[in-house]
Amino acid sequence: MATTTRPRTSSFSRNPLAGPTSQVPGLKPGPNGSVFISSGIPDLDRILGGGFCLGSLVMVMEDPEAPHHMLLLRNFMAQGLVHNQPLLYASPAKDPKGFLGTLPNPISSKDEKPRDHAAEQDKGLRIAWQYKKYFGENQQGHDSRDAKHEYCNDFDLRKPLERQFLGGKNIICVSTIDLTLETFRERCRTFLAQNSRNNGVMACASRIAIQSFCAPQCGYFDKHSEASKKSSLVPQFVKFIQLLPLRYLGVDHLGLLLSFQDWDMLAFIKSLKGIVQSSNSVAIITLKQFQACEHFLLSICIALPLTSNEDKELAKLLTGYQEMVGLLSIHKVARINTQVPLVLEASTFSIKLHKRRSLVLECLNQAPIDGSTGASYGTSGSCSGSTKQGALDF
Amino acid sequence: MDRSSQLLDEALGIVDDTSSMVSSSFPSSSVVLIEDCVETSGAFVIHHILKRSLSPPSSAAVVLVSLSHPFSHYDRILRKLVHTFALSLSFVLFSQGCNLAAHRDNRRFFFCDMLMVDFPRQGQGNVSKGGLIELYAKIQKVVEDISSSFGSGKCITIILDDFSLIEVAANGSLNHSLDFLRYCYALTSEFGLGLLVHTSCGGVYPLPSIQGCSLVILHHEDIYSAEESAALILQMEYLADVVIKAEPLATGLAADVHGQLTVLNKGIHDQLRSSKSKVHNFHFKLRENGVECFYPGTQA
Repeated sequence: MATTTRPRTSSFSRNPLAGPTSQVPGLKPGPNGSVFISSGIPDLDRILGGGFCLGSLVMVMEDPEAPHHMLLLRNFMAQGLVHNQPLLYASPAKDPKGFLGTLPNPISSKDEKPRDHAAEQDKGLRIAWQYKKYFGENQQGHDSRDAKHEYCNDFDLRKPLERQFLGGKNIICVSTIDLTLETFRERCRTFLAQNSRNNGVMACASRIAIQSFCAPQCGYFDKHSEASKKSSLVPQFVKFIQLLPLRYLGVDHLGLLLSFQDWDMLAFIKSLKGIVQSSNSVAIITLKQFQACEHFLLSICIALPLTSNEDKELAKLLTGYQEMVGLLSIHKVARINTQVPLVLEASTFSIKLHKRRSLVLECLNQAPIDGSTGASYGTSGSCSGSTKQGALDF
Repeated sequence: MDRSSQLLDEALGIVDDTSSMVSSSFPSSSVVLIEDCVETSGAFVIHHILKRSLSPPSSAAVVLVSLSHPFSHYDRILRKLVHTFALSLSFVLFSQGCNLAAHRDNRRFFFCDMLMVDFPRQGQGNVSKGGLIELYAKIQKVVEDISSSFGSGKCITIILDDFSLIEVAANGSLNHSLDFLRYCYALTSEFGLGLLVHTSCGGVYPLPSIQGCSLVILHHEDIYSAEESAALILQMEYLADVVIKAEPLATGLAADVHGQLTVLNKGIHDQLRSSKSKVHNFHFKLRENGVECFYPGTQA
């Protein structure tokens, strides 16, 4: 990147990437010379202002009880395969290739049309007149999504991905069971180097998906797992997501050994970030636990907080709780080439399944709170685009 | 118009001396520590300092050790930053943007790209600090080169973005990262020492060209658990002359206020200015062309 900007001395110059990338399927030019790649979930793309920026490292924290991170991973990978982008998938499973069979299939545009139409009518009926102005905004969002459905497909979670998409040569599956970090890093590096060499600089963006990065099965983290057991004793979500770094949890001197593992992992993430940034790709890593100290390395942090169906308190506070599959909260969106931060409309969203097949993210709709029962729930976001009415309607 | 960043400049101790027609740039031989957190990035202070150091009234050279961003990132941001400075009360100069690539060619800006450098890993128990030694040697060489080619009076600003990655490079060894910090600090005082004399005999007019070497460090505050931070953060805060903390608003994210800044200026040993330590506290809003600082509640 440095070499491309060097010969231009004027500060007003046309972004050279804007032209070609708009034609490449799966890439979308963003502000400040950044290029977006779709996450595979249209709503997530919209929330992030266009998708994942090329060169970003996305960390997804797993919900300890539900495999929601797999939903994100599947859509991310399927979207890449639909666009015929090179993909490296690493997982602690013995046969990672099997995971490709579970990827969702895109919904064809014909199917999609009635869905949006139905949604429109639905809204028209339900929305109170005060909210009409917000409704207008939403509508625009839908339109732009329709226009760019080649950039980001809706996926049907019930249908497996068609075989034609799996035929590409550029799919590599790696099992992380017996891999050291060193060799793993080399695999990532050669994978990305190959693709950028074959396809030129901007022709194609590669995707890396790493599932359960520090899972106990992985050889390089056998000591790590002991620490995780310990750390589960610590009350989670004390403040935001600031979990204590694992190495300081050990009451005994397990910490000394652990610290090396930890720092190795950080070093791995650091070098992965460097590789990803220099080769126009996006890496997504799912992890059991964040450590606060990893935040600084990341471009985008997504956490799937603990959700259980029995949470009565939450059910009382939020409308539409029954339809929710889980929660998704975005902790950090780093921006490339600009210092202005992205202010999200809300940090926590609910994951819902539309017609039991496609993923939809919505702002949390907080039920009106009875004055006598106390304070509002801390994590719920604003409900600007409220489409559902609460229990106590006025 | 640009009352905005003036607050930040004042807090940092960068004074535009309008009466003497010469504006002094970044204070010499000072260490500036910027602490930020996940919710609020403090990188804009680095951009601001970078811009102030490279823009016309100042003739400083900058060594930017980047561990987290590529050159193009800074280049794009700096191009958009607008800098205003007053030569007199009636004559205000605007300079549009700051071209890092051009400054790099003029040998005023040195970029150490550590993004792709893998620091050597080693076996447990025996952690060598090879990578850091090389990095320090690189910085030292650049600083010596600058001072030999421009004369010892050249002001040099070393910027470390960001220090937490130095810690990763040191494999988490507190001692090694502290050593590195100490060495960098020694570098600033080594090159600042001879210059304090110059500054003092500069008389009434602070000469911008006679300056020391200053060190700017970006670090993340919230990456440690409570006990641990006592060591490194406190050491750094102790070393620093100016401590800047970027925090989110207590009331959460807002579209028009991006966070608050607490600047503790411990008093720069400069005889021209008062040397009592001062705490400034204000809100900021980031724009593409700069940062807008204001006291709470004063924004229309």
